[in-house]
Amino acid sequence: MSRTFISRGSRVEALDGVSLQAGTGEVVAVVGPSGCGKTTLLELICGLQRPDAGTITAEPAALMPQRDLLLPWLSALDNAGLALRAHGIPRAQARAQTAPWLTRFGLAGFEQARPSALSGGMRQRVSFLRTLLAGKPVLALDEPFASLDAITRAEMQGWLGHVLEREPRTVVLVTHDVEEAAMLADRIVVMSPRPGRAVAQVEVPPPRPRRRTDPEVIALREHIYGALGMGS
Amino acid sequence: MARRILPPLLLLAALLGAWELYVDLGGVDGVILSAPHQIAQSIADDRSLLWSNFLVTLQEVVFGIAIAAVVGVVLAVVIHLYRPLRGAAYPLVVASQTIPVVLLAPLLMLWFGFGILPKVIVVALVSFFSIVVSTLDGLAGVDPQLIKLMRTFDASRWRTLRSVEFPAALPGMFTGTKIAVAVAVIGAVIGEMTGGSGAGLGYLFLLSINQLLTPRAYAAVVILSVFAIALFALLTLAERLALPWAYEPRGERSS
Repeated sequence: MSRTFISRGSRVEALDGVSLQAGTGEVVAVVGPSGCGKTTLLELICGLQRPDAGTITAEPAALMPQRDLLLPWLSALDNAGLALRAHGIPRAQARAQTAPWLTRFGLAGFEQARPSALSGGMRQRVSFLRTLLAGKPVLALDEPFASLDAITRAEMQGWLGHVLEREPRTVVLVTHDVEEAAMLADRIVVMSPRPGRAVAQVEVPPPRPRRRTDPEVIALREHIYGALGMGS
Repeated sequence: MARRILPPLLLLAALLGAWELYVDLGGVDGVILSAPHQIAQSIADDRSLLWSNFLVTLQEVVFGIAIAAVVGVVLAVVIHLYRPLRGAAYPLVVASQTIPVVLLAPLLMLWFGFGILPKVIVVALVSFFSIVVSTLDGLAGVDPQLIKLMRTFDASRWRTLRSVEFPAALPGMFTGTKIAVAVAVIGAVIGEMTGGSGAGLGYLFLLSINQLLTPRAYAAVVILSVFAIALFALLTLAERLALPWAYEPRGERSS
């Protein structure tokens, strides 16, 4: 796919010939520096933009935005069920459908809490659940844990790994965090900036859940840094 | 609460005391400038007259603001939903505020008579501007990422408006209405004074001046300003009860 923007008369090539495939249940991480066209790529995957060249054969994905973007006036339960409400499902039914998931995600007892009463990690879990419940075949995660502190982020990466074991979904994970990609992805696409091009594809063999200290994960991390042109 | 209320009350008492002393010791004619005790006396003596005229002004203000709130919010939503309308309607909304209300009130009297209706229209006209502007700001201030998120959930435009944009704009609507309260009372008084009516505190004020009953004119002013303050306080309370989330501290618990 390619996508070029005309901005004040000058052409900005955001993406140039990027090809991305994900098998059912596969987690594909897209790693790259700022300006690698990750926002454009995500919006293409989610059907919010159309490519200038190339085609998208997958159904549009549901987005998990970078910041949690929970609605401050809704409870955790209603925030998690927002996608159901968006489909026109009545409130009571949406709540009944959402409640068991909150328990499964370790949020039992916080159903009625508003986002301001939740920790950063809890908010990201609600945000992920909201996207999961949209019922789309593909989930597009936009740097899902970038706004968290390092400790919570590591916790959440482990948590997401477990969730995806129990609830396999096709996931496109866009991230700046090389370790996150090494921990979670089945396949890693490394992007270069302006125009965004896929410079390397890495198949990730070790099974999940992985540990940060696994020699394979460490080797993988070094490999990605190498592909980004910053090998040690 | 006491800490916040005490300083302004003390200042008010000091000002009233100075006023009282100035009139009493300075030998000022009560018709020219009434002393606070004369005004208080008038509020007590003329209470039924003041009350019945207050009820008229109250109706004008409450109906006027209610109409302005409904029309203002609907107009803001329509302008928000149809971008081309923003360019077309917004300048007219602004222009509507440049019409001098003092001149409009007699014209409205010609069309709608001496009853309450022309005053209600004046109140609505002066109130609806701040409601439209702050509602529009609230609707337009929603994070664009949130709108995109709703689109990836296949939400209809109407659903996004109902679930995301409208609730997000509620604090703005309250702010606009609170700003409107002060001008609404002024609008009602102008309507009564220039629109040829036989009731309302604005009318009673004019009548009292003409009859050289100055303390009663002051009494009307006192009641009008207490009324505006009470309306403002009532709206603030309603907002706190209706939108508790808007008052929560932004801080987060650590995990």
